[in-house]
Amino acid sequence: MAPLLLEVRGLSRRFGAAVALAPLDLAIEAGEFFALLGGSGSGKSTLLRLIAGLEAPDGGSLLLEGRDITRDPPWARPIHMMFQSYALFPHMSVAENIGYGLRRAGVRGAEQARRIDEVLALVRLKGFGARRPHQISGGQKQRVALARSLVMRPKLLLLDEPLAALDAGLREQTGFELRALQRATGAAFVMVTHDQGEALALADRIAVLEGGRLMQVGAPADVYARPASAFVARFLGAANVVEAAHLSLSPAEPGAAAYALRPERIRLTPNGATTGANAIAGHVRDVAFRGDATLFVVALDGGGELRVMVPADDPMPIMGERVALAWDADDLVPLAA
Amino acid sequence: MRRVRLVPCLLAAGLVFLWAPVLLLVGFAFSADRIPFQWGGFSLRWFTTLAANERLIEAAWLSLRVAAGAATLATLIGGVAGFALARWGAFRGRALFGALIGATLVLPEVVTGLAMLLLFVTLEAAIGWPAGRGALTVLLAHATLGAAYVAVVVQARLAGNERMLEEAAMDLGAGPAAAFRTITLPLMAPALAAGWLLAFTLSFDDLVIASFVSGPAGTTLPVLVFSALRLGLTPEINALGAIILALAALCVGLAVLLMRARWLEGGGEGG
Repeated sequence: MAPLLLEVRGLSRRFGAAVALAPLDLAIEAGEFFALLGGSGSGKSTLLRLIAGLEAPDGGSLLLEGRDITRDPPWARPIHMMFQSYALFPHMSVAENIGYGLRRAGVRGAEQARRIDEVLALVRLKGFGARRPHQISGGQKQRVALARSLVMRPKLLLLDEPLAALDAGLREQTGFELRALQRATGAAFVMVTHDQGEALALADRIAVLEGGRLMQVGAPADVYARPASAFVARFLGAANVVEAAHLSLSPAEPGAAAYALRPERIRLTPNGATTGANAIAGHVRDVAFRGDATLFVVALDGGGELRVMVPADDPMPIMGERVALAWDADDLVPLAA
Repeated sequence: MRRVRLVPCLLAAGLVFLWAPVLLLVGFAFSADRIPFQWGGFSLRWFTTLAANERLIEAAWLSLRVAAGAATLATLIGGVAGFALARWGAFRGRALFGALIGATLVLPEVVTGLAMLLLFVTLEAAIGWPAGRGALTVLLAHATLGAAYVAVVVQARLAGNERMLEEAAMDLGAGPAAAFRTITLPLMAPALAAGWLLAFTLSFDDLVIASFVSGPAGTTLPVLVFSALRLGLTPEINALGAIILALAALCVGLAVLLMRARWLEGGGEGG
């Protein structure tokens, strides 16, 4: 295990009567790409702002490499943040923007110019130093914002929805670049996102937050395969959450009240017959073509519905057609709540 | 065809409505005739007599100085007030503070002028300052009114997402003072400049408040022109009007350039 970089101990924050963050513990390792995943109001942005020092916690503490930084103001923390809409200074050129932190730190002259050039090359913006923020594209702005933080060589870089403001086409490519930059610099990245695909694709570990509480922490594959709760199951993979009492289930791990059943794990047979447990019949209510697969929403005979993902090469039923569904006992993942 | 022509016609009508009186005044400034609204051939004689009219020149010079002083004071006070309104969040009494500033904008000038006069008279009786009324009292009264306008302009300018820019500066190692100096102040500058010009124009134009608080030593240009009107107009006033118009056009042009520069800079910031 990599050495511990940041320790969050019982950190909490409330706004008036509303709890933005319930006392929360979290550990970020050196050099890892960590994603804070949650919907709006989940507390993910509050946590990020608390780590940056832009908000003061009501309780708990923050330790950076073992040193308590809870009371340090943002300008005294060796942590830097990339803001969601980049927050580039409009009255400064790209190079001046990037050099801002260096000037505050007293790095001037040739050394400052050298480090600005270095980081401009790193984010592939060589020759853009003299431009103003309004003269460059959204993707370029994103890279300037990144360069402005990276030039400070932080051990911990915070990214607030780094890809949200980009076009869909640019998002995937920029995500890979982010990943490559993180590996090249060796800094730990903590990214806030509401997009589970982004978190699963980029992060070494993800933390799912809901209502100011930490729901689950783990590697993307683990969290995806074994969601701890119905919320995580729904939020991560749009998995089916089935209640044991409702369907005739025969799970490998009996005893839970509800199970997660992923759409791609269900076998669908047009006009098929159902036999035994872990199978049910119904009719197709909705069809959505997804390219490599097709999503079917199947209305079950006993009430309720299941989402089923069928690979492109398999036989496809049509709307309203009767189908049989079946799954393996191992595919039922028990949920805590 | 008809519909296409309607828009230019309306535009022309609107422009004539706005500018015909002004152009008429400028035109008659170059008339040789002694009656200010009678054409007597082209002449620059009224500009010459105006140049020799020491009272008018003196009043104009006083007006400029008072306006500059009042605008500067108003920018200082109004800038701080606007900053507080935009930045300090929901501080105690914020709504009242905002309402008090806004009220100054809608209060009839007659009321403001009278109130100012009462204040200055009471102050003089109580502490002996300001001694009498003149340029200083006009300047103070104009600064009060101008400060409210500057506060509104500055608040509107800062209402955007500049809070985030300050946070970004602090995140990069700038303390609050450095963040203010390097980020907030440069971004406020166009609003401060626009506010200064607005306060300057308000002061330079003002007749009502100045009539109340100017003593014999504080005769500003509008006060002098208005009293001259009662004695009878001379085309000198037209000439003066033409000069002021030229100066005002210069100021407006400057303000537009400033705002456009600012707009271009902020243009890419969109969200």
